[in-house]
Amino acid sequence: MSTPKLLRFCVFLLAGIGMTTAGADNGFGTPATEEDIERVYLSIFPDGENLPDGSGTADEGKAVYEMYCTVCHGADGEGTLADKLVGGRGTLDSDSPDKTVGSYWPYATTVFNYIRRSMPYTAPMSLTNEEYYAITAFVLHKNDIISADKVLDRNSLPDVSMPNRDGFVNAYPDIPPEYDYMH
Amino acid sequence: MANDAQDLPRVAGNGLLDRRLFMRTLALGAVGTATAGVSLADPVSKGQPEWMLAPGATTEDYGTPSHYEMARTRRWTVPPAGQTATGRSIVAFTPHHQLHGTLTPNGLHFEVNHHGIPDIDPDQHELIIHGMVRQPIKFNVAALANYPTETHNYFLECSGNSGRLWADKPTPANLDITHGLLSGSEWTGVPLATLLDEAGLQPGAKWIIAEGADSGSVSRSVPMDKAMGDAMIALYQNGERLRPGQGYPMRLFNPGFEGNTSIKWVRSIRVTDRPAMTRFETRTYTDLMPDGKALQFSLGMDVKSVITRPSNSTVLPKKGVYEVTGIAWSGNGRITRVEVSADGGVTWADAALQGPVLPIMLTRFRIPWQWDGGPAVLQSRAYDEAGRIQPSRADLIAARGTHGNYHFNGIHSWGVGEDGGIAHVYA
Ligand code: HEC
Repeated sequence: MSTPKLLRFCVFLLAGIGMTTAGADNGFGTPATEEDIERVYLSIFPDGENLPDGSGTADEGKAVYEMYCTVCHGADGEGTLADKLVGGRGTLDSDSPDKTVGSYWPYATTVFNYIRRSMPYTAPMSLTNEEYYAITAFVLHKNDIISADKVLDRNSLPDVSMPNRDGFVNAYPDIPPEYDYMH
Repeated sequence: MANDAQDLPRVAGNGLLDRRLFMRTLALGAVGTATAGVSLADPVSKGQPEWMLAPGATTEDYGTPSHYEMARTRRWTVPPAGQTATGRSIVAFTPHHQLHGTLTPNGLHFEVNHHGIPDIDPDQHELIIHGMVRQPIKFNVAALANYPTETHNYFLECSGNSGRLWADKPTPANLDITHGLLSGSEWTGVPLATLLDEAGLQPGAKWIIAEGADSGSVSRSVPMDKAMGDAMIALYQNGERLRPGQGYPMRLFNPGFEGNTSIKWVRSIRVTDRPAMTRFETRTYTDLMPDGKALQFSLGMDVKSVITRPSNSTVLPKKGVYEVTGIAWSGNGRITRVEVSADGGVTWADAALQGPVLPIMLTRFRIPWQWDGGPAVLQSRAYDEAGRIQPSRADLIAARGTHGNYHFNGIHSWGVGEDGGIAHVYA
């Protein structure tokens, strides 16, 4: 059992103690099953929580990308009908910042997660986990972030270091004073 | 409209008049309409409008606006550049220059649907709460109908609203395009805290990850103080079930937060100790600053206002006294004051606020203005109860540069020409 699964199982056991029905006395929720949760729980965290089994490389991903992504994002990720996916490194503080997977996205897990849950745009979730790992590897490789033969899987993906990993400043609950017009 | 207002009290430069003036002196006397002469030989109907001469239409099961209005009071829905991959529109902008209330009609509420509008069968839809809870639980629409509800008037604003006002040139676009990713509604639903309490939060629970049942399963991390605060699972908008474009049959609603966090078609709420760093809180809806860093989780919608009439969709036909009106709002709470300037911000006067002034809701303001036929620049500046003051565009840009994309809340300026024409200007 993977760590997240194990944790979830322990939580489940704890929750079971002294509880036969869901929640508070006047609640109307019904208990959700493990299958219910697995179906809706698509989020993947930067530390890799909830990454699926499977693996893939950019070499394997090239053909899959060409088949399912090129039409909207261009063969080299240059952007055609939809967003550009490649390039723009070093432009964020320039006069024309270019935000792409390579230049802006802080976590490789987010790239994998977004592609897996939302792409191809017209048929989301239609590919296998293997294919999604491979396509993600291809997009990252095109951005010179990983090599063509680097194997991405639930262990290696969280370790991919994204160029703009440290490019974000927390603004909750307050905008930092240096960016606030009232300071 | 009075033409002879020379003696009216001025409260600021270039013709602004006391906000109480319309109530006091400008109530126009009823104008008698002369009836056309009807001779003995004529039917009495002579000269009457044709719609009075036969019984009108029958009632509709679901009422619609006048077909005359259907042709002119419309949302703006053309797909923005770069988002045309599917050839369909994913956005709809509220036409504030054509509206006068604070509650937006449901059919004119703005929408941003990154992955389209799902056609959800309400009998099959479930919301599942899971993660760091004592007991994962689920609710369908029927189960949620058993809970006590809350109703509040709230505005909803996309943080991309007014995005094009970061550009270095003023825009000929109307208020729909510049301010139409903003609407106001009466929202009714179940407090999210009630449902989270029922599931039972575990110690260390600090965030929820909300996910929608659309084809992109758009998802956002929301801090627990919001989730356990005023967030709700909204079921009704302006008294009727949510429209599909607003999340039918249920949506998360985070009052005062940027619109994208109020996940539509919500089906999953994962309770966690950290954010998921989803695409919509990293790549999108983060605000790039001049130093190349980006503000993340800039969730609150700051204080803002705009004059909706007159605007660049109208022309002043002649010199005289006009009502200047608009809307003000703040995610921080109530609007406490709106000032209007007719001389590009040199002098300001208080506008009247239409009550009740509600927290996190559009507030309409009004002030009379005597246009003497000369050039003028009309502006409004809002204040909120948290002490925030709407900044000039220059002050906003000095702090944040022009590449932030989101959260533009600068003062909006209408330039009035001697011909009565009105255009957006930077002043
Ligand atoms: C039918 C056109 C279409 C196809 C095919 C398609 N996409 Fe997309 N993609 C889009 C659109 C449209 C968006 C933007 C969605 C939005 O912003 O709401 C997008 C956004 C993205 C993004 C986010 C880009 C950014 O920086 O915000 C990534 C990554 C992506 N797609 C990857 C892929 C991959 C990989 C495939 C192939 C599996 C694919 N897409 C296939 C239309 C398409």
